[in-house]
Amino acid sequence: MRYPPGVSQPDFDRAVLEFEAAIGSDWVFTDEADVDLYRDAYSPMWGEEEEKIPSIALAPQSAEEVQALMRICNAYRIPVYPVSTGKNLGYGGSAPVLNGSVVLDLKRMNRIIEVSEDNAFALVEPGVSYFDLYNYIQELGLDLWIDCPDPGWGSLIGNALDHGVGYTVNPYRDHFEAHCGMEVVLADGDIVRTGMGALPNAETWQQYRWGYGPWLDGLFAQSNFGVVTKMGFWLYPAPEAFRSGSVQVMGYNDVHELVRVTARLMYSGVLNTNAGVQSPIQFVLGQNPEMAERYDRANAEDIRILDEFARSIDTPFWASQFKFYGPREIVDQSWEYTKRQFAHIDGVRFTDGENLDFPMPYEELMQTQDENHLGVPSMSVFQLGNRSNFNPTGSNGHLGFSPVVPMTGEAVIESNKVLGRVLREMGGSTVFNVPPYSYHQRTFTILVGFTVTRDVDANRKTREIFRELVKVAAEHGWGEYRTHTAFMDDCAQAYSFNNNALLRLQQRLKDAIDPNGIISAGRYGIWPKHLREDDDNA
Amino acid sequence: MRNVIFILMVFGAMQVQAQDAVHGKAVYEHWCSPCHAPGGRKHPGTSALEIIYKGEKPAVLEERLDLTPELVAAFVRNGVKIMPPFRKTEISDKDLADLGAYLSPR
Ligand SMILES: Cc1cc2nc3c(=O)[nH]c(=O)nc-3n(C[C@H](O)[C@H](O)[C@H](O)COP(=O)(O)OP(=O)(O)OC[C@H]3O[C@@H](n4cnc5c(N)ncnc54)[C@H](O)[C@@H]3O)c2cc1C
Ligand code: HEC
Repeated sequence: MRYPPGVSQPDFDRAVLEFEAAIGSDWVFTDEADVDLYRDAYSPMWGEEEEKIPSIALAPQSAEEVQALMRICNAYRIPVYPVSTGKNLGYGGSAPVLNGSVVLDLKRMNRIIEVSEDNAFALVEPGVSYFDLYNYIQELGLDLWIDCPDPGWGSLIGNALDHGVGYTVNPYRDHFEAHCGMEVVLADGDIVRTGMGALPNAETWQQYRWGYGPWLDGLFAQSNFGVVTKMGFWLYPAPEAFRSGSVQVMGYNDVHELVRVTARLMYSGVLNTNAGVQSPIQFVLGQNPEMAERYDRANAEDIRILDEFARSIDTPFWASQFKFYGPREIVDQSWEYTKRQFAHIDGVRFTDGENLDFPMPYEELMQTQDENHLGVPSMSVFQLGNRSNFNPTGSNGHLGFSPVVPMTGEAVIESNKVLGRVLREMGGSTVFNVPPYSYHQRTFTILVGFTVTRDVDANRKTREIFRELVKVAAEHGWGEYRTHTAFMDDCAQAYSFNNNALLRLQQRLKDAIDPNGIISAGRYGIWPKHLREDDDNA
Repeated sequence: MRNVIFILMVFGAMQVQAQDAVHGKAVYEHWCSPCHAPGGRKHPGTSALEIIYKGEKPAVLEERLDLTPELVAAFVRNGVKIMPPFRKTEISDKDLADLGAYLSPR
């Protein structure tokens, strides 16, 4: 058995007996082979000293059991790291930030407590996956959609608590934004319900989010203030139709108008979902050293020649893909309206995309371009970094660098150049580089995916590049929306206004709510007092 | 207001005493099919095995004739490339034995 830091062996041995009494010995995993299943399978530190490995794992079945475990951990000051389904691959998996923490695996708490069709919400426990909720809704034939991230096996709660995202419409696609009401167990075992849930017999816990007084839900996301044991989510009444279409513009400088109009359509609600900006010509430019150099320098003369080049090979410089969900007439009219808003751009082109009516049989949904955009959970996204004809050896997963940039043409060009330069100069091996995409309302996120391998030197190099990207992005005013556990301090340090005032405030709250600092130490850079004083962890 | 109130014991808690392989199929459908079902475009396990075996062996695990419970267990508990290992709260040792029975040729 491995031991956590800061706890004496006799104390931990006693605690393990108490854990077993609280939840049954079958659900206290002390055997190293069992605990190794909680290593981060996509760890960029695999096999190195720094790799984050838990000591033991506990799997309670109810909020009461979570309370009992937290009381024991608090009494012995045992660091504990709650996960819901522990599938946060690319962002740290189920491994703790503080090496040797005890993983609190909530997968067995898998009840769907309530689904309301008429008021379109669900109340679930942490172990409920997107597949589970989707299947439940299908089996009961409810006229509701879920909004899921790409991988279907993750949990509504774990995903939302890390500010995860999906692909249908606002407000469902930003999963923390779509939540309404929480139940949380605190470090001392106390249990709290937020929002209207604080009212005994509340009838609107999942409908009215603010409750009474200060709204505290935000404290429990990307943090370490409690163990969330229930959460409500708003669901999308199944739309009637979907269509997509693409707008392509020919000139380098057309990106400004393309993004300006897109943003306006979004802010006014005509476009109610994510859109991005791609550069169809980028691949061709990459093959042509002269054009690549001109693209990077982009003075007036370069732009004139680039535009000529684009026209000569009849390839648009930029393109955006738009999606519309809702009643058939509205979906059709929205696409027509959208096209009219771009019609003034010289040489603009429009291409119709998918045009679907619902309900559709599952088999047909799985034949569409991307079922995740239609609220159907799947695992098809794992093609990223998978073995393929282009990459016959495959990878051991990936790591996501995901800064948030403004929704402007300047930011599209600038972020592309600045981050691209770091990657080129440092020789990074990226698996994918998702063009600016509005994962969240009103901003673009750029997602740079790095290949993770089992080669220590290659992983070290990746970490070095990642840290440089965090720094360079911060110099330009771009911060990460979320990060891997290996870089939590780096990204937190970038948010340094007034001598890290925000982090200092978060740490004051941490000390007040979890004075022994037992929950998820170090998550999002928030360290408890006893570990802040230690220089190694400061 | 029509509220559907329902306590669902989802897969992990399912109690199946019957035929091992029948339960093994249920385990397979829940945990493996999303990546190993037929059709490589949407099923990364299948597409990777197409590339590895180039038709020498079926790319769909359920069609394989050479899998043994030991081999299945080794992959499930160790993972391979982008397929992470599965924890015991996801697939218990009993589930794994049933899954092995289901995937091994009878
Ligand atoms: C190929 C690929 C594609 C991906 N695409 C997407 C995508 O489209 N959108 C997206 O959002 N993500 C994506 N991800 C990232 C990730 O897989 C998902 O976000 C996934 O849902 C997170 O795992 P989970 O739900 O099991 O959360 P968990 O791993 O359970 O939780 C994440 C973290 O939140 C905290 N936490 C979880 N539960 C609790 C709790 N109950 N109480 C307190 N703290 C808790 C813990 O610190 C935990 O480490 C992708 C990953 C891969 C590999
Ligand atoms: C995330 C998608 C995913 C899931 C879920 C998944 N697998 Fe896999 N599996 C893969 C991929 C991809 C490979 C090929 C890995 C490689 O490139 O070598 C693979 C390979 C395997 C192999 C090796 C086959 C061979 O001959 O090399 C076995 C056995 C296997 N999986 C069993 C399972 C079982 C059993 C389950 C369910 C418990 C499962 N997998 C779930 C993606 C997945």
